[in-house]
Amino acid sequence: MLNINDILETINMIREENLDIRTITMGISLIDCAGDDINAVCDRVYDKITKKAERLVSVGDDIEKQYGIPIVNRRVAVTPISILGGRFSSEDYIKLAKTLDRAADTLGINFIGGFGALVQKGCTVGDNALIESIPYALAETERVCSSVNVASTKAGINMDAIQRMGDIIVKTAELTADRDSIGCAKFVVFANVPEDNPFMAGAFHGVSEPECVVSVGVSGPGAVASAIQRTGDCNLTALAETVKKTAFKITRVGQLVALEASKRLDVPFGIVDLSLAPTPAIGDSVAHILENMGLETCGCPGTTAALALLNDAVKKGGVMASSHVGGLSGAFIPVSEDAGMIHAARIGALTLEKLEAMTAVCSVGLDMIAIPGDTPAATICGIIADEISIGVANTKTTAVRVIPAVGKKVGDEVVFGGLLGSAPIMPVNTYSPAKFIARGGRIPAPIHSLKN
Amino acid sequence: MKAVITVTGKDNVGIVAKVATECSALGANIIDISQSVLREYFAMIVLVDIDGLSCAFGDFVDKMSALGDASGLRIATMHEDIFNSMHRI
Repeated sequence: MLNINDILETINMIREENLDIRTITMGISLIDCAGDDINAVCDRVYDKITKKAERLVSVGDDIEKQYGIPIVNRRVAVTPISILGGRFSSEDYIKLAKTLDRAADTLGINFIGGFGALVQKGCTVGDNALIESIPYALAETERVCSSVNVASTKAGINMDAIQRMGDIIVKTAELTADRDSIGCAKFVVFANVPEDNPFMAGAFHGVSEPECVVSVGVSGPGAVASAIQRTGDCNLTALAETVKKTAFKITRVGQLVALEASKRLDVPFGIVDLSLAPTPAIGDSVAHILENMGLETCGCPGTTAALALLNDAVKKGGVMASSHVGGLSGAFIPVSEDAGMIHAARIGALTLEKLEAMTAVCSVGLDMIAIPGDTPAATICGIIADEISIGVANTKTTAVRVIPAVGKKVGDEVVFGGLLGSAPIMPVNTYSPAKFIARGGRIPAPIHSLKN
Repeated sequence: MKAVITVTGKDNVGIVAKVATECSALGANIIDISQSVLREYFAMIVLVDIDGLSCAFGDFVDKMSALGDASGLRIATMHEDIFNSMHRI
């Protein structure tokens, strides 16, 4: 028999604490769509995506109704597009991006990920052409997300690729200058990228993945924040236990939805990504969780320790709740997508350097951070290299999604709307790493990559 | 299979009857009801067996929700699996 308190707790988590399933993401392999003729490839890509994911949106709607829990997004991740077209030019890749956009539009999904390349050790001809096309592809499409993996613990750091990422980000910002440089919000640079991540903008369908899978990304910062608030003045051991229990419950919902989606779509279940993904909505903030632990404002001394506790407890609670955990799995700390982070950045409590330290103990990295439009490309490369080094040295995923908003300076704000939110322009150290970046080459893999 | 219907809103005459009538009309067999009124606020949790539903579960959810809208109440219907998943190992 169901317990009334349990029923009320679930309903309260959904209604009052913004518990939701952030995304059901279908991963689709496009490897069999490769070929010589760009138009034929585009046709095959469009047909395959729209056929495989035909029922994705309606199945999402049905599950939402069955369990009474909001499922915010339905998305598609595809094979890294650079793999499809070693012989294609940059213009051809832009055509492919537009094809992905058209397929996403037909399906009624808000983002499609996978317009990217894996270049941690070096670039193929196809990788080079795709990277060149990224700013134009992002400027000319609405729903296409792009990511490039530039480093791994095993391969080291491809500094030649990082050098190009700075230019790509600046160019993307310029091409979308009329919309607060929103193109950069759809582009991530990774180290140790997971190949089964359901969250955008970094989702893609890895080369070792099966033909088609369905994965789920959960959310629930509000539920964790409320649970911490209810614990009162307990010590941090008790607090970690509370986070674990809440994360378990949140992840169980994710597992339930993932299995049901897999059954209804007749597609294998991939993973549950047990991330705490904030939104700009009040009561859905990771920063507020940290503040409920006792920090005056997110970003003050103690923030990294609080985040480390949170991230670890979320994983420990979540891992038993799902049969396959994957993706990014941890706490996200995007600035523009989190009301508490936005506030902390606005009042100067949260700086770029503090965020960098925080990324050493949580998932992802420097995420959705708006910086002055006149930030030199070399400085952006330096920011990327620092962040990527944290990932490589610690055998974890890190990433950079920064927006050098054209025409904006510290004190101004960018507004993207929706889940992407808004952000104050954060100050960047103005001393230059240009000579270091210009050296290029590869930073060798760390010694602990040699585990065999 | 079972579902949980939660009904909340301002108390007035005939709420239980309305919900029970709609359940009966759609083939949902009421197994248990827990109901309380706190000041003017009405709250009820109804456990129903949905094996004999005369419509799809999604339609049942919509019809109960519409009944709530028409009566100034909030009626949410959820499959029991979500509660079992979250609260039982």
